[in-house]
This record gives sequence, C-alpha cells and structure tokens, in this order.
Amino acid sequence: MSLLERFAKGDLDAFETLFREFQGRIYAWIVRIVRDPGIAEDLTLETFWRIFRTRGRFDAGADFSAWAYRIATNLALSHLRSKRPEQEYDETLSPVSSHDSALRRESREQIQSAFAKLPAKLRLAVTMALIEERPYSEIAQALGVPEGTVKSRVFRAVRILRQQLNRMGVMGVTR
Amino acid sequence: MNEPDQNEISTLLREALPPMNTELRRDLWPTMLRRLEQPSARTAPWYDWALAGSVAVVLCLFPQLFLLLAYHL
Repeated sequence: MSLLERFAKGDLDAFETLFREFQGRIYAWIVRIVRDPGIAEDLTLETFWRIFRTRGRFDAGADFSAWAYRIATNLALSHLRSKRPEQEYDETLSPVSSHDSALRRESREQIQSAFAKLPAKLRLAVTMALIEERPYSEIAQALGVPEGTVKSRVFRAVRILRQQLNRMGVMGVTR
Repeated sequence: MNEPDQNEISTLLREALPPMNTELRRDLWPTMLRRLEQPSARTAPWYDWALAGSVAVVLCLFPQLFLLLAYHL
C-alpha cells in the first residue's frame, strides 16, 4: 500500500511522514502571503489539521501537494480577509519631493498602507507575483484559478496601487 | 498600464515589503500531534438536535413542505 493510500485510510505514521515532508514548504508559502511567522505557523498547523480531517475524501492517486497548497492558500486568504488594514489612507498626505531618509521612510509607510488596503485576493496575487516573484502558473495552481485570472488580479492591483501612490506623490520619488 | 508601470510598482513594493524569511523556525509535528490527540470538542448542541427533530416531524406531517425546505437549503 502506498504512503498516500495509508494516509487516506487514517494511518498516523503515514500522515507524520507527509507532515514532515511538506510542513516547511507549506509554511514558506503561507508566510509569504500573511507576512507574519507566528500566524504562518498557526495556519500551517490548521492546514494539516484540515488535511487530516478530510483525508477520507482524498483520492490517493491525486496530487497531495496541489491539494495541500490549495487548502493553505484558502486559509491564508481567509486570514487576509479577516485582518483590517492597520492604517487608514489619509487623503491629506502631501506629495514627497525629497530623497532624505525620513521622507523615504514616510513613502515606505505610504506604500505599505496602500498595499494593506488592497482587496485580499489582489493582495495575495501581487504579493506572490511581484514581491516574492513566484511564477504565475504556481500561483494559479495554488488558488485553483486559471493563470489569466492571476494576471488580471495583478493588473488590477497594480492599477489601484499606481492611482493611490500617484495621489500620495510616492511614484514620483523614484523617477 | 504597461510593463514599466508594473516593474516600477514591483520595485517600490519590494523596497517597502522585503521578501520574507521562509525558513520554518521549529518542527511543528509535536504541536500537531497534541492537537490530534485532543478529543474533539465539536459536538452538536441539544438545540440543533431539537431543531432537526422538529423539522423531521413537520416533514412527516406535511411532506409537501419538503420542496420549500429544499429551496431554502
């Protein structure tokens, strides 16, 4: 009997083997999305808890890795949705016109603020595609959507960020 | 929107939000094992069973309401 068949039948040793093989990769994927090691550990445990609970529905011939990444991504997305942006966008922010470090820090905070206000799905797409530079195909598989959908989400996120950063005067800093 | 726009946003984002350290700091298996060994606290409360019983009784008395129930599920 294969490892996945034993896991699907509830064999705890088989689950431990899978857990040890995948915990690092699942954690790495989640921490890129949620950007908090503590929360990423909790979500990694929750991912494997759900995997174990629903093992009866797992087809031993299917791709375990794809299944695990899908569950992890959905959990991370739910976390992003539940988390409110820590800082509200201030419409009165004045444009940044100098290169000194205080202003750079300010513009960094403005970028973080604009990023935090993106809808969760767009934030996830832009994090994985533009910050972590993961391939679109990998993101699409983890989300269970076509590659075109990921590209479209990145496109929309970039457009929103550009509008907000232009309004804040941040885009001009790097030109 | 074009490629340079996306590249510029990408650069700004990477400056403001550097890529995370993706190394797992500890083995999570002992925590997972503790969780697996805990008895499940998820049992249906008594009022869920009462509600299910009531619905079953109503459906036995008025089977034509099944479609209405199915519509709301």
